[in-house]
Amino acid sequence: MTAISTKNLVKKFNGVRALDDLDLEFKKGQITGLIGPNGSGKSTLVNILSGLFSPDSGAIVINGFKRKRINPLDNPVYSLTRTFQEVRLFNQMTVEDNLLVVLTERNVFSALFEKHTKYHLEKTKEILDKLGLKEKAHELAANLSYGQRKLLEIGRALAMNAEIYLFDEPFAGLFPEMRKIVIKILQELKGNGKTIILIEHSMDLIRELSDEVIVLDSGTLLASGQPDKVLEEKKVIEAYLGE
Amino acid sequence: MEYLIHLAILFAIYAILSLGLNLVVGYTGLLSVTHAAFYGVGAYTTAILLTRSGWNFFPALIIGMILSGIIALLIGLVLSKFKEDYYALASLGFNIIVYSILLNWQKLTRGPLGIPGISRPSIGSLSFSENWMFLLLALILLVIVYYLSRFLVRSSFGRVLKAIREDEGAIKIFGYNVNVYKLTIFVIGAMLAAVAGSLFATYITFIDPSTFTIDESIFVLAIIILGGLANLKGSIIGALILVLLPEALRFLGLPNDIAAQMRQVIYGVILILLMLFRPQGMMGEYKL
Repeated sequence: MTAISTKNLVKKFNGVRALDDLDLEFKKGQITGLIGPNGSGKSTLVNILSGLFSPDSGAIVINGFKRKRINPLDNPVYSLTRTFQEVRLFNQMTVEDNLLVVLTERNVFSALFEKHTKYHLEKTKEILDKLGLKEKAHELAANLSYGQRKLLEIGRALAMNAEIYLFDEPFAGLFPEMRKIVIKILQELKGNGKTIILIEHSMDLIRELSDEVIVLDSGTLLASGQPDKVLEEKKVIEAYLGE
Repeated sequence: MEYLIHLAILFAIYAILSLGLNLVVGYTGLLSVTHAAFYGVGAYTTAILLTRSGWNFFPALIIGMILSGIIALLIGLVLSKFKEDYYALASLGFNIIVYSILLNWQKLTRGPLGIPGISRPSIGSLSFSENWMFLLLALILLVIVYYLSRFLVRSSFGRVLKAIREDEGAIKIFGYNVNVYKLTIFVIGAMLAAVAGSLFATYITFIDPSTFTIDESIFVLAIIILGGLANLKGSIIGALILVLLPEALRFLGLPNDIAAQMRQVIYGVILILLMLFRPQGMMGEYKL
């Protein structure tokens, strides 16, 4: 079953096609590795799927909704969340508040009369515990190390309790211990039937975690399929590894 | 003693103005330079309703707040098209527009002649015409505004405002309608400024457009930056310092012929030094 698909998706920056007539399918309950050389369009695609960018043409079908563009306001409806390639936390807020802000009420008037409930605090503790950041709950996000910041951003995505997760290079810059935490989180999400799109440069991690791989090159689909087969294809090796 | 009461009333008025602006600038990160416009709308609404229609202060205050809120909603809708420096410049433009309306709509505002004879507030037989009674009223309103602001910033709503200030694009991804949040706090800030305006009009008992210029907006901005952005107590302390500092400089014993100019210079130097050594303000959480 398909969670997200794109139809003839085009995105241009200054006339250059970052995504060129892209037809893709991401299956429900799977981890799909999204790989490709720098500038191949991976992050642009994730930015379009999460509503950060609008495509120039084409369509996105997400959980059965066909849309010309994704309005980020509807992400809770699509049950979609994401992390960013460059960590984007709410720096001058505490670690706890970075999670609570995602857990609590969206509606302005309800938000005025709500602080947070016991459930929200318990959920926050649970996530911080999973990330090994429990002790940092009341520190400012700006004071965390790079790896901790990366973990917190993953935690913020988890706080959405979504069905679809877009992870943009979640392992970049992490120490081995932290990598283990993220691997465990991804496997847990998959175990719970969640759909994951994983942008990652480490082929070992892609092999270990992905059910399927999609390879982009210059905004077009170069190859897709099972990781072991796709990563052995000559055109993939040439384009991606430069060999 | 009367002099001290006078300063305390001015402090209370500026503290109310600053609390409202800190919600917009400090907590939400919207660099608004139009606060004096809402201060003016509140002052003029109260002044006109009191002098021409014989209204009581308190319903006039409410109408001033509502009118200020409606104007803020319209201005905020336009300002939502701008970001950062452009937002500040556009907001400054609105202060100029409102000032020009106050100056030129002479039938309603009497233009540069101003509105004299504004009566002091009263409830039944309780009159606030004595200065110390007026101070009591101003302090009561300040406490209400402070606790209302505290309630807002401690709610989930306040947390979202901070997230908007930190990274508007990122919080959008999680399904927040940031424009509605920004508009709501802008309107609330304007309504609080109208409270200060109503107090000012009935305290001085005369208003003219010269009080509600960009200079005044910048002065209130200076209070919240000096006191500390995103810190309510900072707004109170900032108001206390910037209202009292020029007065304190009177006691330096400067020669009479240069005293006024020197006071301005010293005042300016102190502000520069504070910003140089403590850019986040006295109690601030973050820098602009």
